[in-house]
Amino acid sequence: MVDLTPYRAILRSRIRAQLQYRTSFVTDILGTVGVGLTELAEVWVIFHNVDVLGGLDFTAALLVFALSNICFSIADMVVGHLDQLPTYIRAGTIDAFYVRPLPLLAQFMSSEISLRRIGRLTVAIIVLAIALARAEIAWDTATVVLLILSVLSGTAIFSALFTAAGGLQFFVVDGAEFTNAFTYGGSYAAQQPQRVFPDPLRIFWTFVVPTAFVAYLPAVAILDLPGNVLAPTWLAWCTPLAAVFAWVVAGSCWRAGTRRYQGAGG
Amino acid sequence: MTVTRADIAPTPIIETQDLVRDFRRGARRTRAVDHMTFAIQPGEAVGYIGANGAGKSTTIKMLTGILKPTSGRARTCGLDPMRQRIEVARQVGVVFGQRSQLWWDLPLHESFTILAAIHRLDPAEAQARTARLVDQLEMGPQLDTPVRSLSLGQRMRAEIAAALLHSPRLLILDEPTIGLDVLSKQRLREFLVEERRQRGTTLLLTTHDMGDIERLCDRVLVVDRGRLAFDGTLQGLAATVGAERLLVIDLAVPTPPLEGVQRARLVDSESDGLRQRLAFDATQTTAAAVLADVSRRAEVRDLTIEEPNIEDVVRRIYATSRGS
Repeated sequence: MVDLTPYRAILRSRIRAQLQYRTSFVTDILGTVGVGLTELAEVWVIFHNVDVLGGLDFTAALLVFALSNICFSIADMVVGHLDQLPTYIRAGTIDAFYVRPLPLLAQFMSSEISLRRIGRLTVAIIVLAIALARAEIAWDTATVVLLILSVLSGTAIFSALFTAAGGLQFFVVDGAEFTNAFTYGGSYAAQQPQRVFPDPLRIFWTFVVPTAFVAYLPAVAILDLPGNVLAPTWLAWCTPLAAVFAWVVAGSCWRAGTRRYQGAGG
Repeated sequence: MTVTRADIAPTPIIETQDLVRDFRRGARRTRAVDHMTFAIQPGEAVGYIGANGAGKSTTIKMLTGILKPTSGRARTCGLDPMRQRIEVARQVGVVFGQRSQLWWDLPLHESFTILAAIHRLDPAEAQARTARLVDQLEMGPQLDTPVRSLSLGQRMRAEIAAALLHSPRLLILDEPTIGLDVLSKQRLREFLVEERRQRGTTLLLTTHDMGDIERLCDRVLVVDRGRLAFDGTLQGLAATVGAERLLVIDLAVPTPPLEGVQRARLVDSESDGLRQRLAFDATQTTAAAVLADVSRRAEVRDLTIEEPNIEDVVRRIYATSRGS
């Protein structure tokens, strides 16, 4: 069993540091609530004009929005700082990590936690409740399991994207713009009914950067909508596999990155 | 059972063998560390000096697993820092003078709590150790101060306490006294001497301050362009380059040149002997002894002591080693 005491101690201190300045903390939370609401407004505007988009109606789109936002907010809260790696490199914090007796990735992950993302997460959870209430879902054990599995795996997928982005930052210092395409771009892609994308893009967001697994595929299965060639309903059950795949890639990126740092010296 | 050499000789706490490290900046390739071979035994206190860019920090980074050697071998506490970084980190404390390992936005005591958890110290043991370090380094009043508000001297003492919290066998200090005032330097040195006396901690430090070397180290390594230019005792270093201190004495009345002061050498005498300069080797005598001898002969009005400049010492070593 891994002893988590060190990480708990670090995270507790990070949380205390953020709660020190109440006003700025509350402002930050309101800021992320704003981000969540803005993105929600986009969905609402679209469905104000059309009834169905990419095979999804408004309720289904809300479900996709909620699932992807829940997963992204949690991942962003816990490991979103990984793509800030160049800052750590410049400040020399990274060298301090090397001389502590803990794995580097675990230290980086626990080095910060962005509590303010709770705002966006809350918006997403409320939207999830609304979507589930509006939809006529034939609830059974399988549906519940699928929902829980999707949130866990989706969060793992986004966390893997941030980790991969962190690993790539070792190669392209100031490459945040490039890696943002995968993290924030992936989050945007995950919110869309996948059928609005041309096939090559759908394949990319399903089998290369597997964000289609985060929300679209589970939503289609939970709502029992008809599947199609690129998105058969059973594929939703492969979400954990997509997460494993994402983490294998992320782990390799991270290892390559830290090796590169030891090789080049930042 | 056969007794091997390894059973008798202690394992060096630091050992390098033909250690090489190259850096590539674009198409250019520079060699920061060039076939460095040396060993440091447990309990030694070693000063590691050289000009900026001579390869000091690069060596330290290879010894702690931050940088991978281009070729050659580095062993710290008998371990390979690249493969066994975590095990090395348990036995070594490191302070990078310019880079903090503390949590800048939190009260100082929290950094100690977190580091104790990171090193998985037993809470009671951690508390006792922290209390001792805080007491010895006189940091009690700063415990509730956020690290970012500490003065440079306070922060450096905090960094050293943090590096010693897990009672490492080896303490590596990279420029620990840079930018500190005389008093802060002195307190820090006194603490390090005491810590080593009590626990026998091995010390490796880089510095630009000859005072650090004289008061803390019994051995000096001088590195020049990545190569070892000198490895020996402080006395040996002084003998090689004449790292003497200068006592500048202002006398009450014109006095003939002060020849023959015990273990001191007259450098010059000006204004009819109102001001005279005496050079002495700090390993052979003390300023007080020289002054006492002078006072027997003339009335001293004022005095200053000029420390040997480490840059001069290094330059002279370089001249010697490059010339040969």
